[in-house]
Amino acid sequence: MFRFHEVKAGVLRVPNLTIPAKAITCIIGESGSGKTTLLRLLNLLDSPEEGEIWFDGVSLNEVNPVEWRRKAVMVPQTPVMFKGTVEDNLQIGRFLAGQPSANREQLMESLYLFHLDKELSQAADNLSGGEKQRLALARAVLMNPEVLLLDEPTSALDEATSDTLMQRLTAHSRRNGIMLVMITHSRIIADTYADYIIEVKHGIPQINGGFIHE
Amino acid sequence: MSETIDLSFWQLAAAYLFVLLLIAIVRIKGIPREKEIWIASIRMVIQLILVGYLLEYLFHYSHPVFTLLLLAVMLGFAIRTVFKQARGKLSQNMKRIIAISMISGIIASLSTFILVVIGMKPWYDPRYVIPIAGMIVGNSMTGISLGLHSMIENMQSQKAKVEGALMLGATPRTAVRDIVNQAFDAAMMPTINSMVGMGIISLPGMMTGQILSGTSPIVAVEYQIAIMLGIVGSVSLSVLLFLQLGYRTFFNHRSQLQL
Repeated sequence: MFRFHEVKAGVLRVPNLTIPAKAITCIIGESGSGKTTLLRLLNLLDSPEEGEIWFDGVSLNEVNPVEWRRKAVMVPQTPVMFKGTVEDNLQIGRFLAGQPSANREQLMESLYLFHLDKELSQAADNLSGGEKQRLALARAVLMNPEVLLLDEPTSALDEATSDTLMQRLTAHSRRNGIMLVMITHSRIIADTYADYIIEVKHGIPQINGGFIHE
Repeated sequence: MSETIDLSFWQLAAAYLFVLLLIAIVRIKGIPREKEIWIASIRMVIQLILVGYLLEYLFHYSHPVFTLLLLAVMLGFAIRTVFKQARGKLSQNMKRIIAISMISGIIASLSTFILVVIGMKPWYDPRYVIPIAGMIVGNSMTGISLGLHSMIENMQSQKAKVEGALMLGATPRTAVRDIVNQAFDAAMMPTINSMVGMGIISLPGMMTGQILSGTSPIVAVEYQIAIMLGIVGSVSLSVLLFLQLGYRTFFNHRSQLQL
């Protein structure tokens, strides 16, 4: 569970906010309202100018930021591809985090999970925008994170693919007890899949009702 | 060996014909660089005359303090030139790292060269120390300048990639590994290229100078080989030190990218 207290960062003002543990939380709001800043704070890519954030009672100021990011992995809206093949790009997350390489079965499973019908040996640079986005998600999931922080994971996908991906992603998260915090521009996705919705208005995020999806 | 021909005033003045020719060409072509050519060529003459007299004096009254003082001035100018050539504003931390890397890299290779390779006695003989230091300082300055430029440029253009790696739990060192390697290549390339082309594409300045002053080409070549290795050592040492310390200035203590 994340808890914010009197946090200020850029346009973002968070007097008080709790993001529940092991749940699926969607962040919605107009562009420029501070959604991405919120996610960056949770990944420790930025620190608040004022205030403090806790995770399960431990202040994020106290944790080692590199170790933390291996536990609370973030996937940016524009996916970052590294040199090499699809497999290289899947393995690099585990490599950077100092984890052992994934086996073939795990790799194939991660591709299936994100509806990515590609050869492992294919060059990652040749993938389309939507495929790169899904590859970046698969890479993050392969790291077995405790928290997944996703910035508009379906922005480059058509509706059908986006639906399949959300179904599989949320099912995987629930099965493995992963806490999912994702920004989405789609109110429908938020209403359909989220346990909690945070709406950011003029830099102030508020939990906007809770839904329980079984 | 025949004696070196001492150039008279009029012979030197005749060499200025080239500048006059250049001035005429830029004027006809309408290239707005006339003023710069005059300033540069006159500045060069004044600087060289001054340094000529200074060296004459130093060689005559050789003293370790004079040699060290001149070395400090050379280093100071080289460091300032790197600061001035950098695009954008350098942080105080980055400036300190540039100075530390250049001073340590240059001092380490220069002292090895003077004490071990040549085994000079006394060690401070300005006739050797000053020209050798000049070459080592000049090349290290170019190396650091190129490395700095490449690192800053790639940090900016590959910002998303560096942050992408950080988001996955990479340490800052791992996240910038490619950028650091590219900067090392950029810094070392001129030195490596000049070694490859040496003797075929170009006859290096020091060797040419020694040959012109009547030294046997074989001795000149021996010195050239030694100095070239000294330069490679100094450039790589300064640049490695600079890159290992320099990339850290782009991150804060929370391993966050500061750009």
